[in-house]
Amino acid sequence: MDWIVTHRYTIGIMIGAVFGIMARMFMLRTDYRQYPTYPHGRIIHLSLGVIAAGLGALAVPSLLEKEYTAVTFLSLAAQQFRDVRNMERQTLSNIDSMELVPRGATYIEGIAMVFEGRNYLVIFTAFMTSLFSIVFAWYWGVVAGIASLLVSNYFKSGKSISAIADVTNARLRIDGPDLFVDDIYIMNVGLEESQKIMEEHGLGLIVTPKNKNSRVTLANIGQRQAILHDMSTVLGIYRDTGEPSLIPLSKLDLNDGRLAVFLLPQEKDPSLARQVLLRVPILESAVRMPSEAHVRASGPL
Amino acid sequence: MSRIVAVVTTDRDKVAGGGAPIFIASSEEEKKKVAFLLEKIMDAAVHDLHNGQYILVDRSD
Repeated sequence: MDWIVTHRYTIGIMIGAVFGIMARMFMLRTDYRQYPTYPHGRIIHLSLGVIAAGLGALAVPSLLEKEYTAVTFLSLAAQQFRDVRNMERQTLSNIDSMELVPRGATYIEGIAMVFEGRNYLVIFTAFMTSLFSIVFAWYWGVVAGIASLLVSNYFKSGKSISAIADVTNARLRIDGPDLFVDDIYIMNVGLEESQKIMEEHGLGLIVTPKNKNSRVTLANIGQRQAILHDMSTVLGIYRDTGEPSLIPLSKLDLNDGRLAVFLLPQEKDPSLARQVLLRVPILESAVRMPSEAHVRASGPL
Repeated sequence: MSRIVAVVTTDRDKVAGGGAPIFIASSEEEKKKVAFLLEKIMDAAVHDLHNGQYILVDRSD
């Protein structure tokens, strides 16, 4: 027990770093979207998480020893993570041009932002754990660590389309060269071969927004491209280079804000497609809330 | 903004020149065949203007 008291800084730093690394591991999951990529992408993310955990844990003893200038290394860390975010964005943008259905700039920006944000959450976890371990006792540090892990877990998942809209399967109609999903016009398809392929393999869905805010969020082009990309990832895409007309598209009905989604999946399963669309994440940068604007509905402005 | 890459038509009088090459086909069959080949070669989508003309459009951003 004496050992724990005399070495409380070391214990505090160790517990803080361990919980920081655990937080990063919980927030890191490679799902069907294969991001971060395996194995080197995961290695990079975990390594940066370890560095962030170490920094967060170390900050507490330096503050307690009144070495306040030592905390400037936290600003250095912030600079590093911002640079890494830029690098991440650049990498993803470069390979985006090689995708049959690209992610789009908004999705990529969201991914890069999440990457940076998670590292800051790791610093927060390590800092709080280290603080409680050193100032109180090691078991309070563990409690604080678990609480911080729960906070990180809360921020890990965002909302999906199911929270803001309803999705229904819709009828595809090809009238000569004009392609419709229900009553929403999608595109003009010139070649007969392409028209036949669309009739055979095409799938249409209608996304109906639940309220005014959802309507504006769904209209965002970045959000729509993310929907198309995610659905193409799960269902496969019946397309190749040299087939420019077989592109997935989304079009709005300008009168009521409904979004028509048209795609050509490799697996033509309408109910599965509906489930996939409901689970597409809402991009942070696409969210808008016009209902919260402080403008008077009537009277002079 | 997209660009017209080529025009395929059977009627010479319906199109005036303007930068994109005009392919004049002698029949509907030939028009469709030429449009098909051009789409695959140029990687540009074919659109039907409802008046007997096809245009190929380049949408690479």
